[in-house]
Parts: sequence; C-alpha cells; structure tokens
Amino acid sequence: MKAALERFWDHDLAYSLRRSPVTLVALLLTLVCIGGAVFAPWLAPHDPFDLASLDLNDAFSPPAWTGSGAAKYPLGTDDQGRDVLSTIMYGARISLGVGVAAVAFALVLGVSLGLLSGYIGGRVDAFIMRVADIQLSFPAILIALLIDGVARVALPNEQHGNLAVPVLVLAIGVSGWVQYARTVRGSTLVEKSKEYVQAARVVGRSPLAIMLAHVLPNVTGPVLVIGTIHIATAIITEATLSFLGVGVPPTQPSLGTLIRIGNDFLFSGEWWITVFPGAALITLVLSVNLLGDWLRDALNPKLR
Amino acid sequence: MSQADPLLEVRNLRVEFPTRRRTLVAVDDVSFAIAPGEVLGVVGESGAGKSLTGMAIIGLLDPPGRIAAGEVRLEGQRIDNLPREALRRIRGRRIGAIFQDPLTSLNPLYTIGEQLAETVLTHLPVSAAEARDRSLSLLAEVGIPSPEQRIGHYPHQFSGGMRQRVVIALAIAAEPKLIVADEPTTALDVSIQAQIITLLKRLARNHGTAVMLITHDMGVIAETADRVAVMYAGRLAEIGPVRHIIHEPKHPYTAGLMSSIPRVGHQRDQRDRLAQIEGAMPRLTAIPPGCAFNPRCPRRFARCAEARPELLAAGETRAACWLYSDGG
Amino acid sequence: MADNRTLLEVEDAGRDFDVSRPWLNRVIEGEERLLLRAVDGVSFSIRRGETLALVGESGCGKSTIARLIVGLYQTSRGRIRCAGLDVTGPEAHQLRGRMQMIFQDPYASLNPRWRVGNIIAEPIRALGRTLGKAALRERVGELLLQVGLDPQDGDKFPHEFSGGQRQRISIARALSSNPEFLVCDEPTSALDVSVQAQILNLMLDLQQRLGLTYLFISHNLAVVAHIADRVGVMYLGRLVELADVGTLFERPRHPYTRMLLDAIPDLQMTGKPRTPVGGEVPNPLAPPAGCAFNPRCPHADDRCRRERPQPRDDGLGQVACFAVEERRI
Repeated sequence: MKAALERFWDHDLAYSLRRSPVTLVALLLTLVCIGGAVFAPWLAPHDPFDLASLDLNDAFSPPAWTGSGAAKYPLGTDDQGRDVLSTIMYGARISLGVGVAAVAFALVLGVSLGLLSGYIGGRVDAFIMRVADIQLSFPAILIALLIDGVARVALPNEQHGNLAVPVLVLAIGVSGWVQYARTVRGSTLVEKSKEYVQAARVVGRSPLAIMLAHVLPNVTGPVLVIGTIHIATAIITEATLSFLGVGVPPTQPSLGTLIRIGNDFLFSGEWWITVFPGAALITLVLSVNLLGDWLRDALNPKLR
Repeated sequence: MSQADPLLEVRNLRVEFPTRRRTLVAVDDVSFAIAPGEVLGVVGESGAGKSLTGMAIIGLLDPPGRIAAGEVRLEGQRIDNLPREALRRIRGRRIGAIFQDPLTSLNPLYTIGEQLAETVLTHLPVSAAEARDRSLSLLAEVGIPSPEQRIGHYPHQFSGGMRQRVVIALAIAAEPKLIVADEPTTALDVSIQAQIITLLKRLARNHGTAVMLITHDMGVIAETADRVAVMYAGRLAEIGPVRHIIHEPKHPYTAGLMSSIPRVGHQRDQRDRLAQIEGAMPRLTAIPPGCAFNPRCPRRFARCAEARPELLAAGETRAACWLYSDGG
Repeated sequence: MADNRTLLEVEDAGRDFDVSRPWLNRVIEGEERLLLRAVDGVSFSIRRGETLALVGESGCGKSTIARLIVGLYQTSRGRIRCAGLDVTGPEAHQLRGRMQMIFQDPYASLNPRWRVGNIIAEPIRALGRTLGKAALRERVGELLLQVGLDPQDGDKFPHEFSGGQRQRISIARALSSNPEFLVCDEPTSALDVSVQAQILNLMLDLQQRLGLTYLFISHNLAVVAHIADRVGVMYLGRLVELADVGTLFERPRHPYTRMLLDAIPDLQMTGKPRTPVGGEVPNPLAPPAGCAFNPRCPHADDRCRRERPQPRDDGLGQVACFAVEERRI
C-alpha cells in the first residue's frame, strides 16, 4: 500500500500536478463540488424537496451576513422558502449526474463508431463520417432541443416527468459523440497501420478482437482529455436547456433550473437566488475545464 | 593537428539535458577540429551523441538541452556563447546545415528558386538578378538537370534525391566555410546515396569547405571522409585518418563495430556468424563508471572500470582506451 | 516443378492499389480511376530450409509481396501457395501459425500497452491452443531464453527494452506458434550495425536449430549477401533477376543488378571508381513503356522501349532483360 502510494506520488502525472498550483486549486474546487453534490443528502443543512419542512414565511430570506438574514439559511432562501445552499448542493447533484452520464453515453457511442469507422474503413467509414459532418452543421443545443421535443411528443405526459433525466442525458449525449468519433477514428487510422496490429492480423485475430485489445488501449489518451472538457460543456448544455425550461422538471431542479427560477427575482432585489447557483455553476465548469487543460498538456509527451 | 589553423575547433564540449530526476549528459568532453577542405566523419550508433554534437555546433539544440561546458570556435572566433540572432546569421553565412529529411528543410509554400534567392540575398551583397543567376548556377552545381525549368518548381515536385540536392544547394548558397551534414543520405536509396556522396565530396574539394559528416553508415564514411571520429555513449572513442580507423582500428569498440558490418564478397563463407559486440550501448541514465564501453569490452581490465581514459595516441589514431597508456 | 521440397510457390502474383482520389473529387474534376501496380507478374518458389532474399529500392514492391504471402493483402492476380495450400483460399486457415512475420520497426511492432509475456503469447492464444496458465508462462520463458532474453522479462513493458531487444521479442512472438516459415520484412534495417549483427546471428542460429525457411526482404545488399541462399532483385513491381547468392554477386547480369552492386559503398577502400548511375526510379503511377528500367539503362535499345521483357530461366537463374537474352551484354 505504501509502495503504491509512493509510486503514485512519483508518477509523472502526480509530479506535473504538484508543479501547477492553478490545477491544484481547480482539483480542490472540483472535489468540493463533487463532494457537496454526491453527499448532499448528508451534508446539506436542509432537504429542499421535503415539502413538509418548507415554511413560506422563510421565503426570500437574504444571505446570513446581510443583517436581515438568518443563520439557518447561510445563502438565503428562494421564493418557496428553500435554503439556497441546499438547493445548490442538490442541484449540482443533478447537473453533475446528467453531465457525467451524458458524457459517458457520448463517449461510448463516439468511441465505438470511431473505432469501426477507422478500422473497417470503406463505406462504413464514409457513412459514419458523413452523418458526423451533417450533425456538426447543427449547433449541439439545437440537436438536444430536437431530441427533447421528439421525446415530449412521443412519450405520454405522465411518463415524461419520470423520463426527463434519461431523455436529457440522451439528448446531450447524442449531440456530443462526433468529437470522440473523429478523434478515435484518426488515432485508429494511425494505430491500424502500425506493425503490431499487422502482427495480430497475421495470426488471424478477428477485427473485433484487434479493435478492443490492441487499438482501443492506445487511443484512450485523447479521449480522456476530451471527456473531461466535455463534462464541463455538458453541464453547461444541461443548464442552458433547463434555463430554457426544456430540461429537468422544477420539482428536481438542476443548477440551470435554479438560475432560471432566480432570474425572475433578479430585478426585484433578490439577487442571491440566482447569483449563488450561477457562481456554483461557473466554479464547477471552470475547475473541470482547467483540469481538462492540464490533463491534455500532461499527457502530451512533447510538452513534458 | 597537422594543419596549423583549424576551421572549426571544438574543445571539451559537454551537452546536458536537465530532466526532472537527474541531469543527463548526452555529449561528454568531446574535442576535435576540422581543417579547411577536410571531411570529418562522425560515426556512432543511435544515442551516441553524434547528432547532438552537430546541433550544439550550429546552435540548434532543442531546449532543455544546453551546452554546459567547453567551447566551439569557428575560424578562431567563439560561437557557442553568441546571442541567438548573431548565431542565426552565422548559420546561414558561414555554416551550412543539411539534415536527414530534405522535406523539413524546405518550405513547401515557396518555389525552390524563391528559397535559394532569398538565402543568397540575405547573406551576400548582390542584386535580385544576380541572386537568380547564382541560384541557377547553384542548382547546376548540385547536379539538377535543366535548372531554368526546375527553379520555378515547388519542393513537392522533386523526388527525394533531387530534394536533397536542393537542400545542399541551399546550404552552400552563401559559400559557407563549414557544412554540417546530419545523416544526409540515410533517407535515400543506395543508388541515390552514391550520387549525393560524390557531390558532397566534390564540394569540399572545389571550395575548400570543411564538412562535418554525421552518419551511422560506415560505408558512407569510408567513401567520403578524410578523418573519422567514433562516438560511444556521448564520448569520443577514437579519432584518426579514415584508412586507419577502418583497416586497423585501435579502440576495441571501433574494432567490434567494424567487424560487425556485413560485407559483399564474403558470401563464400556466408552462414558464418558475424562478429558481434555483446549487449547494447548504455542508456544515458546508466552510463557505467570508468570507460563507458568497459562492460561490453572483450579486452577490459581492472583499470577500465575505475577511471575514464583520455584520448591517447595509438599508432596513427588516438583512442580513449587504457590499452594505450604507457603505464597500462 | 513443385516437388515436396518446395514450401512456397508464388505464381504470376500481382497486386494493384487503388490510389484514386475520393469519388466526389473524381466526378467534379473529371479524373479517371488511378491504379498503382505495386507488384506485377512475380513468380518464384522457396525450398524448405532455405533463405530467399528480395532486394530493391523503396517502392519496388518487395514489402507488398511479403504482405501478400502472409495474407495482409489480397492478390489481384496470380496465385500464392504455401505447403500446397492457397494462402487466399478456403484452406488458408490451416496455414495460420505455420507462417509468421517479423517487421521492420521494433518500436511499432509491439503494442506499448501490453506486457511482453502477453505479446509473445498472443499467437498461441489466437490459435486457440489451450495451455494452462503455468504452462503458457513456461513456454513464454522458453521462447525468451531462445532469443537471448531473460525469462523474467515477460513481466516488463516494451518501452523498457532497446531496439535490438525489441526485435528479439518480435522474433520470440513469431516463433511462439512453432512456424516453419518466417517472412522477415527488413528486420534489421532500423537497427544499428552492432545490433544488426546480433539479430542476423540469432536468425541464422534459429534457422539451423529449428529448420526454418526465410523470406528475407531487405534493401541492404551486404546483409543479403550474408544471410541468403538465393536472391531476387526487384524493380518497379517486377522481379528482374533471381539467382543463387554466389552467382548474383559474382556474375550479376541484369543492368539494374549491376547498378545496385556498383552503388554499394566500398568499405575496403580499394579506390575503384564507382560507376555513377544517373536518374531515379520513375513514378510507379506512370511507368515507362517497355522495360521499366530502360530510361536508366546504358544498354537499352528500341525493343527495350517497346516490349516488356519476361523472366527467362537459363540455368544460372532468371533474368528479365533483352540485352541479356540477345547476348548484347
């Protein structure tokens, strides 16, 4: 165990992390955000979804340090008397969950299609890449809106509430696979021409086995980088969709929903309802992006 | 040195690469000189430090690599400590460089005529028309047929061998005193190699240009060089006239290297094993103490692992080997 | 012709590559399909236990032939049979493992993410020869020992080895399926000379010990002179001369073979003047009419520029040259 820790500490990635204070701060903030989100049910001072505990008398309570605020609600409350800090923690849970799930979906889809496209080539490649080209000519948000719209029409109303989160994941995921597919296709073309792949072909290994055992492990580096940065983008997309009111239902607000709700009160002086969720979103996205940038440089042998 | 005034003099050159864990010494205490009109071959296996020596001389070491000690003198003037800009001027004017891959030395967006004329204009006080005439004569000199037509072509319109000729034309455009050629024939087919070697040799003879020819190919050295420097693990193992290095090498490494080269004319006794040196050259992270070659050396003795030998007179050559010390 | 001493038979093999631009560009710019004849009309056979070398300059098609034989490419024309079995036919799977390949680049031929032990065991696993874990480990250890490495090296990753050691691992992998025939594509050209000597010696030892048959692809005539029994010289996709190694080096007949031999750097420093040969290999997309070598050939006449010479066997070997045929040279 100690040896493993020492090896980790001595690893080039750990070293490059130690050398970059900005990345360390970003990592810390990301961990705080993730920790707050994942452990919200235990850490949050209130349960904003427990309708019984809500008291409308506490609505529009400003942050604790403003004098008229209450220590009970450190960041104040919203129009329904929900604790803003708690809603942020629960909201981040949904935002992060949707973001990670959407990226996982896009990653699996994109990497699979990229591998097939690059390894098999020919018509399969032409077809997949033309679809990718067509999709790229639409903004991602438009595709997500389209999928969401189709799902709303196709699904019965009562089902939609339950399926809102999966639909959102699907919509954001589908709108993001192209990047993975293109990157993986490029790396696959490079790896495929290498002699170790030819050696595996000479002994008669199947294309699927070669793709999974030989090519896949050698194309993961860039995918990891794109994936990290994509989590940030996916969280933003989710927030945008929720802000536009087509995302998650208001009973399960994500950070985007919170910002939209707060937006209505921004001009009546209750700034904290929207500013704190907004700040949380920016912190989370910025930290994840910084981590992604660092990972890209750290994995690039030329910059080492 | 037989010549009184060497054109290039390298003294105790040391090139280091600071890395996270330790500082690697890639070139260690290397000294040699090249006289005008002389071709010095620098041979060694990959990782021996021969290319880095060349790069250090022309001031193109990639960071974090740096010259940590020693000096480089061109016509008596120190050039290793010059500012970047001054060194850049010297590089085109007094030192020409030729690299392995001709494509990287040529700008794909300009015709070779434009690139030649630009080089000539930068370094020589001539008019545009004179620069063009000079470009034409340069192309003719390096053996490019119908230069009047070819001068308007782009690099991609040339074959590999022709491209390397263009690179040579560029390198000699400002009539440099020294040409550093790093594996100039490695990327070329054998039939083209011979043409390029002949060309380099002729240039050295006709213009009195000193040539530092870096290569791993002993055949190229045998045909081109006047003297040879053999490098091993960043150090000079042996230096001397080409005939003696090839026919009676003194350093056990040079001897092993020479006898491991397969030769045509030996097919009578093919199936015989080639002579081989056991093991491999040490990595820079694990250079053994004493003589770097001692763990692989068939003639090693106690002293070899204890102290590093200087270059010692060994017949017609000088070898860094304790076998040639008086007390050894 | 094919007695049971013949292991590999290549009959009139050819391979074209489609190097056309994409369909859309062709339609818009009105271009034709473009076919590159990488290999054309090549015939030779290899006897069991011998080493046949193919030499030629880059782009002459020698590596393509190697890949046709091991089935990495499909033939466009002709037939290739190994041990009587068509390498592209339905019975080709019986050849799997009996034929193996060693590649040029020791840095690209081993998967950097795999441990050496798994790399060497891959052919055994791919052929479905079920061995217990311990037996497999033992076999890998044996193979490592056989190529001059330590049995413990199986636990390391490729980046921990030098170029020469990696080539040894490549050879161990090729040997793991107990092949009788090894196709070696420039196995030493990326190595330093002293390491090259080690690998060539190892290959000679293994051939003697295991009775292997080699097809040895190389551009280095000195290496070929050292390791081959017979040598084929290729130029622009065709075999121009094929002869025993002694005959080829002492009595080269095709003008191209002579040119190649003249171009070998002279290590003896006899000072003999090299015959400078002008010109370069023509563009394979637009090969000259007649004999492909005619623009560079000092003996070319009208017939050479019109007709294409076919390989003829005259007891000393095969030569495809009108000048030789007509006894002009």
